[in-house]
Amino acid sequence: MLKDQDRIFTNLYGMHERTLKGAQARGHWDGTAGLIEKGRDWIIQTMKDSGLRGRGGAGFPTGLKWSFMPKESDGRPAYLVINADESEPGTCKDREIMRHDPHTLIEGALIASFAMNAHTCYIYLRGEYIREREALQAAIDECYDKGLLGKNAAGSGWDFDVFLHHGAGAYICGEETALIESLEGKKGMPRMKPPFPAGAGLYGCPTTVNNVESIAVVPTILRRGAEWFAGFGRPNNAGTKLFAISGHVNNPCVVEEAMSISFEELIEKHCGGIRGGWDNLLAVIPGGSSVPCVRGENMRDAIMDFDYLRGELGSGLGTAAVIVMDKQTDIIKAIWRLSKFYKHESCGQCTPCREGTGWMMRVMDRLVKGEAELEEIDMLWDVTKQVEGHTICALGDAAAWPIQGLIKNFREEIEDRIKAQKSGSIGAMAAE
Amino acid sequence: MLRRLHSEQPDSFAFTPDNQKWAEAQVTKYPEGRQASAVIPLLWRAQEQEGWVSKPAIEYIADMLGMAYIRVLEVASFYFMFQLQPTGSVAHVQICGTTSCMICGAEDLIAVCKEKIAEKPFTLSADGKYTWEEVECLGSCTNAPMAQIGKDYFEDLTTESFTKILDDLAAGKPVVPGPQNGRYAAEPKSGLTSLTEYDSGKTQYNASAQLAVDLGDSVKRIQGDEVPILTPWIGKDGVVAGRAAEGQPPKAPEAAKPAAKQAAEAKPAPKKAPAKKAPAKKAEAAEPVAEAAPETLKAARGGQADDLKLLKGVGPKLEQTLNELGFFHFDQIAKWTEAEVAWVDSRLKFKGRIERDGWIAQAAQLASGEETEFAKKAKEDGRYED
Repeated sequence: MLKDQDRIFTNLYGMHERTLKGAQARGHWDGTAGLIEKGRDWIIQTMKDSGLRGRGGAGFPTGLKWSFMPKESDGRPAYLVINADESEPGTCKDREIMRHDPHTLIEGALIASFAMNAHTCYIYLRGEYIREREALQAAIDECYDKGLLGKNAAGSGWDFDVFLHHGAGAYICGEETALIESLEGKKGMPRMKPPFPAGAGLYGCPTTVNNVESIAVVPTILRRGAEWFAGFGRPNNAGTKLFAISGHVNNPCVVEEAMSISFEELIEKHCGGIRGGWDNLLAVIPGGSSVPCVRGENMRDAIMDFDYLRGELGSGLGTAAVIVMDKQTDIIKAIWRLSKFYKHESCGQCTPCREGTGWMMRVMDRLVKGEAELEEIDMLWDVTKQVEGHTICALGDAAAWPIQGLIKNFREEIEDRIKAQKSGSIGAMAAE
Repeated sequence: MLRRLHSEQPDSFAFTPDNQKWAEAQVTKYPEGRQASAVIPLLWRAQEQEGWVSKPAIEYIADMLGMAYIRVLEVASFYFMFQLQPTGSVAHVQICGTTSCMICGAEDLIAVCKEKIAEKPFTLSADGKYTWEEVECLGSCTNAPMAQIGKDYFEDLTTESFTKILDDLAAGKPVVPGPQNGRYAAEPKSGLTSLTEYDSGKTQYNASAQLAVDLGDSVKRIQGDEVPILTPWIGKDGVVAGRAAEGQPPKAPEAAKPAAKQAAEAKPAPKKAPAKKAPAKKAEAAEPVAEAAPETLKAARGGQADDLKLLKGVGPKLEQTLNELGFFHFDQIAKWTEAEVAWVDSRLKFKGRIERDGWIAQAAQLASGEETEFAKKAKEDGRYED
């Protein structure tokens, strides 16, 4: 198990002093100017060496992403935009950073912006996090007050501003180009790529969009060294990670652990085990709603990192939002609810997604009740394949995968329900 | 989901003086000319002030930010947090219904709403105090099930605790948001499994609940005087340091004009019946040739206009313009004098094209029934056919 001294988010639960003074006592904002003095190349190289992969779900190497930004300005400003639009069902990790350990994020924003030649950073926070916005803004105000932001930020010689912006309840704005559109005051509809944001993003200027956690771990990595961070987890899956475990465990929680921890250890150590014991485990969605679910028996020994979950189980680590479902769960209905979510959140720009999400949800409606034909399972599979990969952004894929995971892993349950409905013995099943 | 403006709208909207100040402060977060970026925060403040977003509020904000009304309406209808119809006088209750909450009992909370508030979402309760809706994941999954009431998250709910919160709020009694089952924040309920040395319990509540208790504005209609309006990014010298250190972003593309306005501008100036006698208006000194109005027709002779597009240099657009000026036939063009060419030229806004492309010679050829090289090709490849 990860030791407390190796944890980056030492005030994750907010039980300690949440002010700047408290953050400094825990080692944040320590020698920030010195880190910046080492230069852009050193920062980016250290981030590459640390093996940090983006914490927003896709797992793209953070240092590499930063290196795509233009080295020299062509007259246009460069921007860092922090994606705090945490809306993926199951995900609630960034919220804890922003309300309880906000200085990790603000310090990270300064260093990352410097590394990308940006004087301005926008944090795009989801609209519903109102208190989190107030808490984060209070921390930003405090930093300005103490000279850590603004002119000559933290004595580094770099002039730097952080602006807190917010959305208004659109999941799609977690997609980076939709987020940029929204930040420009428009509907959150994803843009075609290319041009990529690093070439033309916010206001047509070079922009990098990073997840909150990706930025908030930066100062600690730079202070403690790339080797320290790379020492956790298996190769290519380095570091510590915030896990958010929800659903049918005895003690749901958000916790920072080493990558590649086994699922069993994660649940036993921090969550007090599965409700009703391991034999009662039905299914797990290991990385937020967009990844396919996994059958419980395959999960117990699973290694919680990008490569294992994708390679061995055909799922993904995503945002490390683990949704646990025990055998009292109606799994078809649980996935149907995700279909409803994607239908609600499709921005309507691409036809396969706009029409497909509604179509898939309506078929799922009937599968929940068992009022369908067996052939419709294959038809539904086929439709998910027609949506997947045929849209501008990944929301179409994200809507398709949970259903594919359901059919792959729980086809029998779907068939049983249809058969039971036909033979009239649905009563007992529906009550489950 | 169909989202439209409510059928009954108030007559007007205005921010309270403090909210106005707050709104103007928000605009300073964005570069010059990019004030449209502030549209979501401003709409949100309008909703916090009034309880919902009305048409006058949309127009007020559009005017304030220099945006077309439709652009702001688009935003208001796209983002689900904007309530486009009146909400309960105490609060609008939002139950998270997505999977993590659903499997932890969100449906029971929805049942409470149906019983205590109204059978259907977005419907005022009998006493007008509440409305409710089921929303998508609110990002508090380890504290499921949960609801957002006003500004605050009420987490780890049961039907009993949720019912009591609704009753207390309606009675004006104070409530404490956050976990309702004795937890502090998102830690394991049975006790800390990590960060034990940081369990100093410095504040009574977690950051969110503490703010709610300190400010006491969970379900308050925001007036703007609750907290000081701060703009720390504007330095003492009045300069936004980061922005001053960087270049200007490219200009925002010009906002599209309303269709009505475009149409008005596109219409050619009202046609004056060309005077029979050339006005022979002495043009500016730069004009070498005096203009003379050529003979024009009200319509094509016999309703059968020549295909002026067969002239090299005349496309569909120019043909239309020529028709509007009163030219329909090759022989008309073939007769143009130098002064008349100048008259036409100044109305086509393509200086010199008539001479450069030799329209008069072409027109004379075509009028006599011969074909020009260009006309032959144009007919063959059917370039002007739809």
